[in-house]
Amino acid sequence: MSPLQACLLISALLFAIGFAGAVTRRHAILVLIGIELMLNAANLNLIAFWRFSPHPEALTGFIFVLFSMAMAGAEAAVGLALIIAIYRHKKTSNLDEVKELKG
Amino acid sequence: MIWIVKNLWLIPALPLFAAGIIAVNKQPARKLAATLAIGSMALGFLLSLCAFSATLGHHGEGAFREVFSFNWIQFGGQWMDIGWVLDPLTAIMLVMVTFVGMLIFIFSVGYMAHDENFMRFFCFLALFASGMLGVVIANNLFLFFVSWEIVGLTSYLLIGFWYHKPSAAAAAKKAFITTRIGDLGLLLGMVWLYAQTGTLNFYTPEHTGCLETAALNTMLAAPPVAGFAVVTAIGLLIFLGAVGKSGQVPLHVWLPDAMEGPTPVSALIHAATMVAAGVFLVARVYPLMSIGGIIGAHGVPVTTSLTVITWVGAITAIFAASIAVAQNDIKRILAYSTVSQLGYMMMGLGVGGVAVGMFHLITHAFFKALLFLGSGSVIHGCHEEQDVRKMGGLKKYMPVTFAVYAVGMLALAGFPLFFSGFWSKDEILHSAHNWPVSHIPFLLGCTGALFTAFYMTRQVALVFFGSYRGHEDRSAHGHTAPDHSHSSEFHSHDPHESPAVMTVPLIILAGFAILLGFVGTPAWPWFDGYLTGEEFKLDFSKLAEPGTLGLMVASAAIVFTGLGLGWFLYGKRQRKTVAEKDVLEAAQPFIYKLLENKYFIDEIYEATVIRFNAFAARLCDFADQWIFGSAVLLVKYVTVGLAWLYRLTDEYFVNLGFDTGCEALREGGGGLSKLHTGRVQTYLRIIGVALVALIIFLIWGRKA
Repeated sequence: MSPLQACLLISALLFAIGFAGAVTRRHAILVLIGIELMLNAANLNLIAFWRFSPHPEALTGFIFVLFSMAMAGAEAAVGLALIIAIYRHKKTSNLDEVKELKG
Repeated sequence: MIWIVKNLWLIPALPLFAAGIIAVNKQPARKLAATLAIGSMALGFLLSLCAFSATLGHHGEGAFREVFSFNWIQFGGQWMDIGWVLDPLTAIMLVMVTFVGMLIFIFSVGYMAHDENFMRFFCFLALFASGMLGVVIANNLFLFFVSWEIVGLTSYLLIGFWYHKPSAAAAAKKAFITTRIGDLGLLLGMVWLYAQTGTLNFYTPEHTGCLETAALNTMLAAPPVAGFAVVTAIGLLIFLGAVGKSGQVPLHVWLPDAMEGPTPVSALIHAATMVAAGVFLVARVYPLMSIGGIIGAHGVPVTTSLTVITWVGAITAIFAASIAVAQNDIKRILAYSTVSQLGYMMMGLGVGGVAVGMFHLITHAFFKALLFLGSGSVIHGCHEEQDVRKMGGLKKYMPVTFAVYAVGMLALAGFPLFFSGFWSKDEILHSAHNWPVSHIPFLLGCTGALFTAFYMTRQVALVFFGSYRGHEDRSAHGHTAPDHSHSSEFHSHDPHESPAVMTVPLIILAGFAILLGFVGTPAWPWFDGYLTGEEFKLDFSKLAEPGTLGLMVASAAIVFTGLGLGWFLYGKRQRKTVAEKDVLEAAQPFIYKLLENKYFIDEIYEATVIRFNAFAARLCDFADQWIFGSAVLLVKYVTVGLAWLYRLTDEYFVNLGFDTGCEALREGGGGLSKLHTGRVQTYLRIIGVALVALIIFLIWGRKA
């Protein structure tokens, strides 16, 4: 097993864990955490493909992941804000009860 | 062109506007209604005087005539014109109608004071005046016909004014239907005239009107139809209209029944103006009636149409006058007298031309309006009593009414020298005497004059002389009306004189009943000269000519005989009680019965015309029910059958397909909508599963 394959395997595991969390959890924040895990699995893939590519000195994958993480931070902020808004409105953060678009 | 010719339309338009304003006014504004109606007539009278003065002073230069026409309705390439004509005939009628109308309107204010439908009454009166004035000014047979029908309609409305009385409603219907028979003739004549001449204008500036020489000669040249010259046939058809409107035999039956209307209506419509419209029609189309005739000894043409007119007139005159002898309703006596006088006018037109007939029309309008309004005053004073047997001695209670009534009665009877009726009737008799065809109309006319003097004397003697029999009737028969039940009230129910608003018009009319005669005496034939535009001069020697003088003496003798006979039978020896038999009835019960029942004309019509009509109606009903009805039924069943077929096709073929399609769509939509739960995680799960499936598929596919 090459280092790249090991990285990809870890990344796939991470993605699967995140996906399972996002699908099975009922609490909105836990679902958000699952989504973050899946995002980070993708980031790990990007880093791995860059590090074991023919031209690792170009820093392309690194820059890409840096942007991606910044975006993930923004996304988490927006997601949390939405969850708080929903909680204030519905007095719950259980996703099963939040299934109507009409407010 | 004089301004008045152009603006002649204002005269009928003013009362029309008045009627319109009264009709749309919801408020019970009695004063406004009366003011508008009377005001429009007064203005119309002033305009008529202007028109009249414009026609004066043309003696010796032919008849004055100016017309004003413009296009009205287009059909095909032809235009129907509307227009008015101003000639002496129009002018004199305008003045008469507006003046008499105005006086009668004023009288109505008093007579109808207690009627709750006062406004409706004035609306109809004004509408009537408008129609009548339209008839007078029309320069077109079509406009004439339209106005003629407005007049007929208002006559119907006003006869049936008290429509809650079944007799009034029936009389209105009778009048309308009877005159309609005549109007059909007029309409046919009108259409035929149009077919022959291509125009309905009476006169045009280019002399192409249907009463002018060119058109008349075209008609004369047309080939005869069924033995009648075309011009005669058209003339007789138009005359049929006049027969209906002017109550000539045999269509006279409606006029006496028309007395069910309020008395001012009887005076205005059924004595002075509307019934004279028929006479006016004949006078208007006189050129048509007289064309192609042999000119008789006195310059009067003799044609088939004019001969028919003369005979009908003469028969009507004697026929109605004899019926009037045996009537007991004060208004019915006058109604039959009107019919008889209209007969005289027709006869005058036939034997002597326009001037003779029209002169009697004008004088008659004044004294008959006077008599009717006088009888209205009597009826008003006697608390709506109309039976002359229940009156008597009113001279004491109603001196003014008596005086004016006596004037009217003497004018109608033709009392010599001082009353208009004498001169106008004498002129007719004079012309009839000179008529070359036959002497019988003259004799009939003389007998009619005798009857006229007789029945008028009888009426006046019964109404105004002797002692009042109204009380005696009430005490003898309990009470005639519910509100007369207390004997102590009898004194307040003495007859009383009418208010000034009613007596003043009477006095004015009485003045004219006397004065008008002097414009048409043989010594000063102003009226004749005015209508024909011929020269004339004051010549007293004409009075003393043997023919004229002899006839005047003879007619005076007839009148005196009638007056004397009437006074001898009814005045000298007054009836004592209401139930007492009439003198004539005691002497000649059979004849009296015949006259009292109007020669059983109504009954004859009932047995013949009406029975035939009922039979025809039943026949039509039968045909309608069984022949046309079954045809309609058949069509109905076919339609219903087709409808069934359509429905079945629709339900079981067309709809079924659509329904299935719709159902499938709806179910598909319902199934899909189940996926749409709103649970984000479910979506995510599906995406995940789908992703895995996609990857497996791709890998598997790559390998394969």
